[in-house]
Amino acid sequence: MFRFIVRRLLQLIPTLFGLSLLLFIWLRRLPGGPETAILGERGTPEMRAAIRRNLGLDEPILIQYGRFVRRLIKLDLGTSTSTKRPVVTEFFERFPGTVELTVMAMIIAIGIGIPLGYLAARRRGRLFDHLSVGGSLIGICIPVFFLAYVLKAIFSENLGWFPSSGRQDPTLGATRITNFFVLDGLLTREWDAAADALWHLVLPGLALASIPLAIIVRITRASVLEVLNEDFVRTAEAKGLTESTVRRRHVLRNAMLPVVTSIGLLTGGLLSGAVLTETVFAFSGIGAFVAEAISQRDYPVLMGFILIIAVVYVLVNLLVDLSYSVIDPRVRVR
Amino acid sequence: MALLEVDDLSVTFARRGQRTVHAVDGVSFSVDAGEVVGLVGESGCGKSVTSLAIMGLLPKQPGLRVGGKAVFDGTDLLQLDDRSRRDIRGRDVAMIFQDPLSSLNPVIPIGLQVTEVLTRHRGMKGEAARKEAAALLDRVGIPDPRRRLKEYPHQLSGGMRQRALIAMAVACRPRLLIADEPTTALDVTIQAQILELLKELVRDSGTALVMITHDLGVVAGMCDTINVLYAGRVVETARRRPLFRQPRHPYTVGLLGSVPRLDAGRGERLNPIPGSVRDVLTWPDGCAFAPRCTRRVDECVGEPPELVLTHDGRSYRCVNPAPVPGTPPPQATTTASTGAADDAAASTGAADGATAGPVPAPREEEKP
Repeated sequence: MFRFIVRRLLQLIPTLFGLSLLLFIWLRRLPGGPETAILGERGTPEMRAAIRRNLGLDEPILIQYGRFVRRLIKLDLGTSTSTKRPVVTEFFERFPGTVELTVMAMIIAIGIGIPLGYLAARRRGRLFDHLSVGGSLIGICIPVFFLAYVLKAIFSENLGWFPSSGRQDPTLGATRITNFFVLDGLLTREWDAAADALWHLVLPGLALASIPLAIIVRITRASVLEVLNEDFVRTAEAKGLTESTVRRRHVLRNAMLPVVTSIGLLTGGLLSGAVLTETVFAFSGIGAFVAEAISQRDYPVLMGFILIIAVVYVLVNLLVDLSYSVIDPRVRVR
Repeated sequence: MALLEVDDLSVTFARRGQRTVHAVDGVSFSVDAGEVVGLVGESGCGKSVTSLAIMGLLPKQPGLRVGGKAVFDGTDLLQLDDRSRRDIRGRDVAMIFQDPLSSLNPVIPIGLQVTEVLTRHRGMKGEAARKEAAALLDRVGIPDPRRRLKEYPHQLSGGMRQRALIAMAVACRPRLLIADEPTTALDVTIQAQILELLKELVRDSGTALVMITHDLGVVAGMCDTINVLYAGRVVETARRRPLFRQPRHPYTVGLLGSVPRLDAGRGERLNPIPGSVRDVLTWPDGCAFAPRCTRRVDECVGEPPELVLTHDGRSYRCVNPAPVPGTPPPQATTTASTGAADDAAASTGAADGATAGPVPAPREEEKP
């Protein structure tokens, strides 16, 4: 198992190498070159030449690439052209918020989706089944930003149960360590700060969870229905095991395989897709920041974002493969 | 008092807009303690459904109806609530299935699949359960049982898997074991080993065994009593020797005649039963086998043939059964419609069998 993890982490290297190459080519191919990206359309030829020299763009391409890779390795992603701060610093402040939001959304989607899908399968063809399948269809159809506004209007503005924006009440003056606000609260034993951060996650988490929740309900339902017809479930019943043992040990565990795969894919998608939710709830995560960077042509930020998302995808897939090998001995790694 | 008394068991599947399917249509048979009873018939005759109904393992679905009785040691299994049924299953009545690979949970080690029965019914846990599980695997002939306990089904061979399933079934020393085609999915050499193992277990523990099979070879080697099923009903019941020597029901005759034999001449052809299981009459309209029967007479159609009991304890459901060799065909004056009270021989009615073809004589009788 340990060797498998190490091997998979080593596989990250060629993936990242390929990605750096793509990014490098992408930067060279920007319309008008990097100097236009920085100067805009109005720069004089002299200014352009000066910038090219400054950036080292007049040197041989291989040397340029080598320097580019060296900077990446040192985690130097450059400076944001719009905020004039190092990209790494910006990300360190904002990315944890998006991760927290994604984790919250996945906890909601998994925590509700799997039981719902299981019950729908057990009550196949009855009202509960129709309601959850129909409901999940609605969940897929409703645009996330619309749902976000509805949730905000009902639970925040009308009922006042949840805060309507932000990641934490700034008046708490919570200590920052990792910028994961919930985690920070737990680490510093500022329980009310942790609870407040968690509370801020509920509504955006719900909005973001709607699509993965609907998908998980459907995949779980289909998978459980398939497993219920398997011979080994009949064997388990023939042994006289209690219903809960049959359910836990024989049905659910086998039904989880396709669900785990989809959870991996969905998580990666959420990280890069949290933009709308973050905007509606004025949630200072990476999504809103990157949306701004796109309109500002803030290339260093976009490049850093692409890199981070790629790394996260690879890591999430590693986690999926690991949990796969825990669940299913047939794919267990040597 | 028999250990298991199945009486008029029926299983019907009703679907909206479709004709109700009578998968099992009034099956009755009994199993004594320590006895090996065979349920024999072609695919689709209802033998598996019968066993699943007794176990309460039929997939729950709307339109499914189970009628009749299955009295095990004084309790009607069909009337039990879910909990008491789970208490009996695996402890008093156990079952072995056809395909050992798909019948084992692929993601759980063999050990847990054995010990979970011990934990459920015998309250054994931890090392005690593991020790007993290893002993069980050893008993069913799995070498190096300690190591096998930690392995998964895909790491075992087909024969080993069936042995493991048998170990799970006999873990609580059940009084009745139902084996549903336990050797169909296995190689011939492994088949023999598994049958030998089952025989041994039955002999040593006094467990009664219901052997469900389409394979007459299996039946010949194992069963004390044999019930032949056709289209959801028992058409003939007899002890093993009389059944093979003097099959009475034309379907049994056909089954025995269609078994390939090595000592048959090169030019001889197999004698399959004409038609297929789908060519059935529904029982209320007459004998379901009539459309395929070579001994068909007019009385076969109209109403279902009654069960005929003979003096030697056999029974069959036929108005024109194959004659017993050596006895002169009696004067047929009565028809079967007068019922089971008739003497069996009297209803052979060979004389008026205008539509009856020649009987495919079972080869056992060719060289008495």
